[in-house]
Amino acid sequence: MLHIEKLKKVYRGGKIAVDDLTLDIQKGEFIAFIGTSGSGKTTALRMLNRMVEPTSGTVTINGKDMMKINPVTLRRSIGYVIQQIGLMPHMTIRDNITLVPRLLQWQKEKSEATARHLISLVNLPESYLDYYPSQLSGGQQQRIGVIRALAAEQDIILMDEPFGALDPITRDTLQDLIKELQRNLNKTIIFVTHDMDEAIKLADKIAIMHEGKLIQFDTPDNILANPINNFVKEFIGSHRLIQQKPNFKTVDEVMIKAISITIERSLDEAIRLMVKSRVDTLFVTDGDNRLLGYLNVESLTGDARSKKSVSEVYIKDIVYMKTGSKLQDSVRRILKRNLNNIPVVDNQNRLIGLITRANIVDIVYETIWGDEEQELKDS
Amino acid sequence: MTDITQLSVVEQFFFYMNENGSYIFSQFVSHFLLSIYGVLLASVVGIPIGIYISKFPRFTGPITTLANIIQTIPTLALMAMIMLVLGLGKTTVIVTVFFYSLLPIIKNTHVGITTINRSLTDAGRGMGMTKLQVLYMIELPLSISVIITGIRIALVVAIGIVAIGAFIGAGGLGDIIIRGTNATNGTAIILAGAIPTALMAILADILLLWLERRLDPTKRKKLRTV
Repeated sequence: MLHIEKLKKVYRGGKIAVDDLTLDIQKGEFIAFIGTSGSGKTTALRMLNRMVEPTSGTVTINGKDMMKINPVTLRRSIGYVIQQIGLMPHMTIRDNITLVPRLLQWQKEKSEATARHLISLVNLPESYLDYYPSQLSGGQQQRIGVIRALAAEQDIILMDEPFGALDPITRDTLQDLIKELQRNLNKTIIFVTHDMDEAIKLADKIAIMHEGKLIQFDTPDNILANPINNFVKEFIGSHRLIQQKPNFKTVDEVMIKAISITIERSLDEAIRLMVKSRVDTLFVTDGDNRLLGYLNVESLTGDARSKKSVSEVYIKDIVYMKTGSKLQDSVRRILKRNLNNIPVVDNQNRLIGLITRANIVDIVYETIWGDEEQELKDS
Repeated sequence: MTDITQLSVVEQFFFYMNENGSYIFSQFVSHFLLSIYGVLLASVVGIPIGIYISKFPRFTGPITTLANIIQTIPTLALMAMIMLVLGLGKTTVIVTVFFYSLLPIIKNTHVGITTINRSLTDAGRGMGMTKLQVLYMIELPLSISVIITGIRIALVVAIGIVAIGAFIGAGGLGDIIIRGTNATNGTAIILAGAIPTALMAILADILLLWLERRLDPTKRKKLRTV
């Protein structure tokens, strides 16, 4: 849907920021532009909504030449998220979200419905619509920044290092959120970052840029497996290349059975189940085995003594992995969030397994000493 | 009939205020209006100039220098020069006030707009605002309190200038002060002109300060803390 042909930007003074960039982007793809600072990735992105006017080259959107579209009309049809978030401090969250719909003069009811719908997509309460941006945390503000870019049903969204200024845990949460939004809403996202982990985690295709030139454009797996030259190899970092070797393993291959309890059970039953299965954490599910939250030893002490049922004390805030995700992602997440274990769910959000730290130790052991043991046995 | 010469200055002051209350009030109003007219005129001209020079930085230097030079000319001298062209009367005073008000208004508009975080205007433009929309949806709302600070400073100065304007027949409270200086033992009459002038300046300052705070988006009352 987006075809970029020989796009070039030469700044006054002769500095070539982007040099003959040619690339095709399909609908629903998540593309990451990555490179060191000064590699032209931001300039390339900003040319796509004509915040920077290209020196030469063409960009066609759904067959239409971008240069023939009025820049203002063009920008209203493309979402834009920036690192500094850029929420208007003098407008409420509602007014911030519905900024583009208001520019497009939508009906008030329609904008209002959009604001309510979008804020629920990013797990924030509707009451926040009346707040001002300064009353929200940085992570919450950027959630609003993201949905603001979706408000006018834009199909293409440009993001310029949107999570660069956030702390690692907030960033991780937002990355999950944006990936899920992108999949569910089938948006095309073009994303600039300098964080390779972020690019690998989110992107369907990564465009590596250096000194204005596109060096390699491929899926993360292909780039990690076959870096085109030494620059790419260095840029990816040797630790990631090694990481890639032993494990195209997915979480499904190593997960163990998770002990779960349905939400309507009593706490007595929960404790008995814990003792019986010798675990400290139970996953709480509904009748359909859909994951709702968890329950651990700590949540059973203190105030909880007076409570009777699982539904009253379980913790809803839970980090999980989707089936089919790479094992290394789960390891990264466990380490980053300092978790003891992480449940695995299928596409309907049904609990199908569990990865624990002990699991991971097994795998590390296998990869390091597994071969030796094999050799010992053989000899 | 009271013998005024036997009263103390304070008593004389109250006596004068009592006898000439309506006259002082009418002079107060005309004094205030003269200041307001000049400042309003300067706002109408100065705010657009301030916006313009924040968009085209190469004009910033020349224009602020020019406004600065005007500011350095003594009030009486400037008023005399304008008088040569416009003659005696209210118009000359209004024009003088206008010239003196330009600098704070232009400068504050310029500062207000150029200190707005660039990422906000960038976000606005990136979302598809026209230049005009960026101006009235982002730049003006965010700089309005700084612009009002400029108007406040200008108005307080203007009230002082109008008092001097009485020399060229513009009326206002300055008239009463001059009458006091000409009379023998006229202290009470001077005070009857000077105290309302000072009061007016203080009130104008407080009123605009309040307005400024009201319109500052960053100091707006918080709804509830999250």
